[in-house]
Amino acid sequence: MWSELLGVTAVEPALLVLFVGFGLVVGILFGFFGMGGSFLVTPALLMLGYPARVAVGSGMAFVFGTAVIATLKHSDLGQVDYRLGVLMIAGTTVGIELGRASVLYLESLGLAAGIISVVYVLLLGAIGVLVTRDAHRGSRPTLAADGGLPPAAAWIHAHLNLPPRIRLRGDVHVSVWIITAVALATGMLSGFLGVGGGFIRMPAMIYAIGVPVPVAVGTDLFEIVFSGGIGSYLYGQSGGVDLTIVVPLLLGSALGARIGSAATAIVDAEGIKIYFGLMLIAGAVAVAVGELGGLLGVVLLEQLGLVLVIGAAVVVAAGIIVQVVLTIRARDGQHPGSG
Amino acid sequence: MVGLSVPTWDPQTALLIGVILAEAVVLYVGYGVIERVVGPPLVRAIRRRRRHVE
Repeated sequence: MWSELLGVTAVEPALLVLFVGFGLVVGILFGFFGMGGSFLVTPALLMLGYPARVAVGSGMAFVFGTAVIATLKHSDLGQVDYRLGVLMIAGTTVGIELGRASVLYLESLGLAAGIISVVYVLLLGAIGVLVTRDAHRGSRPTLAADGGLPPAAAWIHAHLNLPPRIRLRGDVHVSVWIITAVALATGMLSGFLGVGGGFIRMPAMIYAIGVPVPVAVGTDLFEIVFSGGIGSYLYGQSGGVDLTIVVPLLLGSALGARIGSAATAIVDAEGIKIYFGLMLIAGAVAVAVGELGGLLGVVLLEQLGLVLVIGAAVVVAAGIIVQVVLTIRARDGQHPGSG
Repeated sequence: MVGLSVPTWDPQTALLIGVILAEAVVLYVGYGVIERVVGPPLVRAIRRRRRHVE
């Protein structure tokens, strides 16, 4: 009765194992970066032959469940700023609608698909290069003297810090107007590109608002709980959420999200930035290859794009685990008496 | 991701999302228990292996 009510059907055991393993990899990335769910899951489900509505809806429901788990873990670690999260949700929601309106306008001109693909690839690559370069400079004094903010955030705070201001986790005092502007801008990009937008919001919170890296990850995940929940509900109404996909994916991602979230408290901020940047650069290459395949009608290139992005995800997830092990050992070396 | 689309009430969809939310919370608690049991010995094993290598 329950299976009929919820629309659950039988799934092959091999597919179940694949979903659990894939969920584990995505969960590690999601907990560590606060992004990467729909970026990886939806294309993979499309490749497995699921209809677009089910691939997008189930991917979103999976992101929602994983975000709940990762947010709970980050909250335990004191890495979620709820006031910032609520302000970001409000601004992002309006921004997404503005982004959608711009897509409709471009569609009327017949330019939407091409421009969106180019902007997506350039944005992924540019943010990836920016974050990686900044992380490489991490050992040198790149932070501003006042309050340890990144230079961009320090400049914004110095010139645009209009009242009212609020105090965020990490002792950052920031104007509500700066948060609103960042939320609107990132929401617009998210709506324009049709993506969750974690890869835009996370660096925006670090470099424009000045939030510490682990708090940016935790707060971004808190925001995804709401956007993913409402999105899943909307897709669920049209039969787009398939529990036979979501349940095994969550089984793996729940463990992965705990590992990834806990890793943010072990690996230093520069380490998080390097992996984040490399993941985005790999994503930009993979999306560019896939889009080129779609443009030229070469299915092999489209498949290569997906294999590249999933391969990069597996490598980065494994890299995070290795980094955690090395950090624990290095700390033990500094404090030989501990443990 | 969502924008200003306003969802209408649908009990079956609410149940579906409720099942996902419940699974997430149960898994969070369940893996949390496993983490508390397995975590400390795992960290000790990683540290011991370092000393062994040295």
